[in-house]
Amino acid sequence: MSTDAVLGFVLAGTFVLYALFGGADFGGGVWDLLSFGPRKAEQRALIARAMGPVWEVNHIWLIVGVVLLFAGFPRAFAALSVALHVPLTLLLLGIVFRGAAFTFRTYDMRGDAAQRQWGLVFSGASIVAPLLLGMCVGAVVSGSIRVEGRVVVSGFFASWLSPFSWAVGVLALALFAFLAAVFLTHEASGAELREDFRKRALGAGVAVFLAALVVLLLAREGAPRVWEGLSRSPFALALHAATGVAAVTAFALLWTRRFQWARLAAALQAGLIVLGWAASQYPYLVVPDVTLQGAAASPAAQRLLLIALAVGALTVIPSIALLFRVFRPRPEGASTVDSGH
Amino acid sequence: MTDLLYARAQMGLSLAFHIVFAAAGVALPVLMVLSDWKERRTGDSDYRKLSQKLAKGTAILFAVGAVSGTVLSFELGLLWPEFMGQYGEVIGLPFSLEGVAFFTEAIFLGIYLYGRERVSPGLHLFSGVMVAVSGAASAFFVTLVNVFMNDPSGFVSTPHGPTDIEPLTAMFSPGWLTQTSHVLLSCYQASAFAMAGIHAFVLLRHPGSAFHRKALSVALPLACVTALLQPVVGDLSAKHVAKAQPVKLAAMEGQFETERGAPLRVGGLPDVETGTVSHALDIPKGLSILAFGDPDAEVKGLNEFPRDTWPPVAKVHVAFQVMVGTGSAMALLALVTLGYRWRKKAWPSGRKMMWAWLVSGPLGLVALEAGWLVTEWGRQPWIVRGVMRTADAVTPVPHLAAPFWTFTVVYVFLGVVVVALLKRQVADTLPDREPKGPDAKGGEAHVH
Repeated sequence: MSTDAVLGFVLAGTFVLYALFGGADFGGGVWDLLSFGPRKAEQRALIARAMGPVWEVNHIWLIVGVVLLFAGFPRAFAALSVALHVPLTLLLLGIVFRGAAFTFRTYDMRGDAAQRQWGLVFSGASIVAPLLLGMCVGAVVSGSIRVEGRVVVSGFFASWLSPFSWAVGVLALALFAFLAAVFLTHEASGAELREDFRKRALGAGVAVFLAALVVLLLAREGAPRVWEGLSRSPFALALHAATGVAAVTAFALLWTRRFQWARLAAALQAGLIVLGWAASQYPYLVVPDVTLQGAAASPAAQRLLLIALAVGALTVIPSIALLFRVFRPRPEGASTVDSGH
Repeated sequence: MTDLLYARAQMGLSLAFHIVFAAAGVALPVLMVLSDWKERRTGDSDYRKLSQKLAKGTAILFAVGAVSGTVLSFELGLLWPEFMGQYGEVIGLPFSLEGVAFFTEAIFLGIYLYGRERVSPGLHLFSGVMVAVSGAASAFFVTLVNVFMNDPSGFVSTPHGPTDIEPLTAMFSPGWLTQTSHVLLSCYQASAFAMAGIHAFVLLRHPGSAFHRKALSVALPLACVTALLQPVVGDLSAKHVAKAQPVKLAAMEGQFETERGAPLRVGGLPDVETGTVSHALDIPKGLSILAFGDPDAEVKGLNEFPRDTWPPVAKVHVAFQVMVGTGSAMALLALVTLGYRWRKKAWPSGRKMMWAWLVSGPLGLVALEAGWLVTEWGRQPWIVRGVMRTADAVTPVPHLAAPFWTFTVVYVFLGVVVVALLKRQVADTLPDREPKGPDAKGGEAHVH
């Protein structure tokens, strides 16, 4: 395998991890906004408790992806930064407000009113950011970003505001909300709270299915090249079939309240969706003008990048394992997390 | 204003904002771990309280640093796509390692902040140490990118971009050791001075507060040591600039004509039209001695170089004077403080010294920002010195005024909120437990 293909695969893997961890994190914000019923406060507290120690870590996968992109495929990064300048800037504002508001809510000592305001900023941004992220992905897949030589010639708005891109945005939002709800069933410490999130997970699961259907219907017109790849390449077809199986399995496990396994199936489903995206646009980084090979850095730079990645993985993976082990959900009755006084 | 200027202003604003939080993210963990260690050694619970307070401050500042850092990683492309498109692969290595370090920092900060009651004291302290080490590593790697931009190496420049790329050579471009040391020291110095300033302020109002006296005793050693080391490292850094980037040095010193035995111009305002520096105090042969260690050494003047490669001379000179001036003031205060400590075997506590530390509290941050302006303005008109002009790297996206003003408003808002939150954290530790006393509020305006 050439180094560009390996790096392309690693890049896709980074986006899978960002979708799983960062996605669940965004989804947590969605459920913070949509918390209701008699256990509204408990729902919010559970989300804050589950996110507190890990939210910053969850979002570093995005930075890893960005660095991989500009270090490994600099021309693609340059083209995307120009074509998607507007949605990426809006996404950044979402990320800034989300993270800042979440932290301010934790440390603001002025009482409930201030906390609610920060909560609103946090959860509002949690809806806007995934939507924009999905719209950017939609634009990349659709083939409407055109690059001639080094110049982006397709304008700054049309590509990410198409119906197809909107549909991908909604799919991303639904998927992240689904993931978060499934993960929260596992984190919840009481049966009632768990049931709250089970219902939300089932609802979001239906939303994911509907959004995926709309994306598929719009893809024929909105992303012709990917549609072709999707319907012709046996590999992509197999991936999509596996995604379907994982989705049905996750739904069934949720239905029968096997939360531990539902979590795995949902993660598998989300991971396969991202991989399916990557596979269906391979070998393009920006359909249809920029390929992995065409945007690749020099082999020397790519090899060193892979070494740096290996060093990074050796440092980061054990540390993350420790982090998640320390904050794994505790059996019922155990004291709640102490977030410092 | 042109789009190029808006792009530069937005990048400058984002960096100026981020740099404060990044510096705190590097240094506060060290102070936090120092207090943990003091608690373990003395069993004094005040140090535990201090480390918990510092941890909260770190959590707030690190979160804002993390999100503003995410913004920067995108802005490199959003504002300078040609720079990243051509040189992304050359400097990808330090950026990736910075990513690894930042990742590690965030992971262990999560364990440290939320795990005090969940993990053993040993693992807790270890996590704090890991936060401090990876924070420093992250600043180290990201500074290497700036070193490259100032004095690029490790590639052959062609009209189509760099070829024959050697990322390891590029990563350690000339001057890397002095510039990274200078930056890391400035992070510790700025944070320690700010912390000392805050506690000096409280002690002026509540001289009997044992907690704040102990807090000051944690901040002062770091503040004094860094303030004394910094002039030495800064001098080495300037000597490298003198050799490798003579235009920048000439702008820093307001040196228009090439001269043997050049004087050191302290203060003053350079005028590029007349080629003179007005209102400066000249120290004969000072610059030749400082820059080259020889009173008769030749210092190249700006007039040796084409006018279109000059940085904005007045801005660079003034920023440099501010950095050196504040740095000298801090070094002087450190000397006096250490002298007191040596004679009296205790850290100073009198009103005069508290006032001095209060007034010096913001100087570290001022010096940090000024020094960063020197290196960035001083590199203009280049984004990668000698090979790519800033004007050739800028994005073709129009209406850059919009994102600039948006981010300006957002960052001002975040800055105000952070200051308010930190103020309440400090107010919570006051001995009279009156966090919302009217004069406590009025008085604290000085600090920030």
